[in-house]
Amino acid sequence: MKNVKVYGPGCKRCEATETMVKEVAAKLGMEVAVEKVSNPREIAMAGVMSTPGISVDGKLVHAGGLPDAAKLEGWLTA
Amino acid sequence: MTIETHDTATDTPADRGLDDWRWVLGVSLAGLVLYVLYGQLIPFSEWVTGLFPVDRESHTGEAIAFFVYDVPKVLILLTGIVFVTGVLRSWFSPEKTRAILAGKSQIWGYPLAAALGVLTPFCSCSSVPLFIGFVSAGIPLGVTFSFLIAGPMVGPVGLGLLYGLVGWQIATIYLVFGFSIATGAGFVLGRMGLERYLQDWVRELNAGPVSALPEESLTLVDRLRIGLEQVREIVGKVWIWVLVGIGIGAAIHGYVPEELMLRIMGGEAWWSVPAAVVVGVPMYTNAAGVIPIVEALLGKGAALGTTLAFMMSVIALSLPEMIILKQVLTLRLIAIFLAVVASGILATGFLFNALL
Repeated sequence: MKNVKVYGPGCKRCEATETMVKEVAAKLGMEVAVEKVSNPREIAMAGVMSTPGISVDGKLVHAGGLPDAAKLEGWLTA
Repeated sequence: MTIETHDTATDTPADRGLDDWRWVLGVSLAGLVLYVLYGQLIPFSEWVTGLFPVDRESHTGEAIAFFVYDVPKVLILLTGIVFVTGVLRSWFSPEKTRAILAGKSQIWGYPLAAALGVLTPFCSCSSVPLFIGFVSAGIPLGVTFSFLIAGPMVGPVGLGLLYGLVGWQIATIYLVFGFSIATGAGFVLGRMGLERYLQDWVRELNAGPVSALPEESLTLVDRLRIGLEQVREIVGKVWIWVLVGIGIGAAIHGYVPEELMLRIMGGEAWWSVPAAVVVGVPMYTNAAGVIPIVEALLGKGAALGTTLAFMMSVIALSLPEMIILKQVLTLRLIAIFLAVVASGILATGFLFNALL
């Protein structure tokens, strides 16, 4: 099972990103544990400066803005 | 991987080429339409004003004319500026900016940070992770402040609207002084050795892991798409501020007598500059909302220095921003920050009131 973290202080786009990750995972039929990280300290320590950021299994794959759905699939299946 | 998921329409190179064409053509066409509409604003607004059962020369007639002229004008300008800015900024990111600024502690760090503050896309909602990311990578506090001040202070929306609504001379003055304040305030703050006034946990952070985020390669269409997304998001969010700002501008334009304006915001009254700052800081709006007010104030004879001070403090110093930064800065540091930036704004205001 993949561990996905969505980093964001709670803006609209961060929530949309979280929903998107879940939707894409469901579409791919994958089991994914999605965790929302909203503590600014943890966000910064993960190396994320522009939110929302996404990490998959501890590896940062995206920062800043809504991700592209096709790319998101790529990160989840990589 | 066997699951067919994405639509295959855009996957073959030939189709992708067609898609590119459609985008470029669509964007050019939209630009042309906006340009033509922009040229018809005066006849359009006069026609709409004529529909109201009021005398065109009356106070109400003037206010209505101002409103129906400015609303489409600002919305068209805003759309264009936000789109172009969105596309240009797709070449920049906070991560790249941090890499550029890290290790530049010498004097050039300040103006460079201010310039990158204008060009780097970041929303105030992520200013805390951004701040920590900068400081933990060893970027000096003062340089970080230059970056954070310049972003809102000399943002493209404010400059572009100032250019379209008030004229290039004042837009240029604003650019030069806004940029100087961002650079100078960062420099002064950097010299004061304020690191000890950061919140404890921020000081204890060691150089954070400068993670290597794989560069996402973007095509031209991707960048145009980003621009369009920005338009949808920003114009969708600020239009209400635009209407309120233009409403206030229209009321000033129609009803406020010039003698009163000269008395309150004229260059003679020395206290008008600090008063403009005091009024401006708690006002929470954005550049798009405040520039129509500025337009009306200047039209009624408000002094340039006073008006500049008002505009700068509204745009660059906002209480909600301070509250967000409270997570990383102590109150004392916030107060020093406010005082230094406000001094720069006051100096600009006094200078122009004295010169003109």
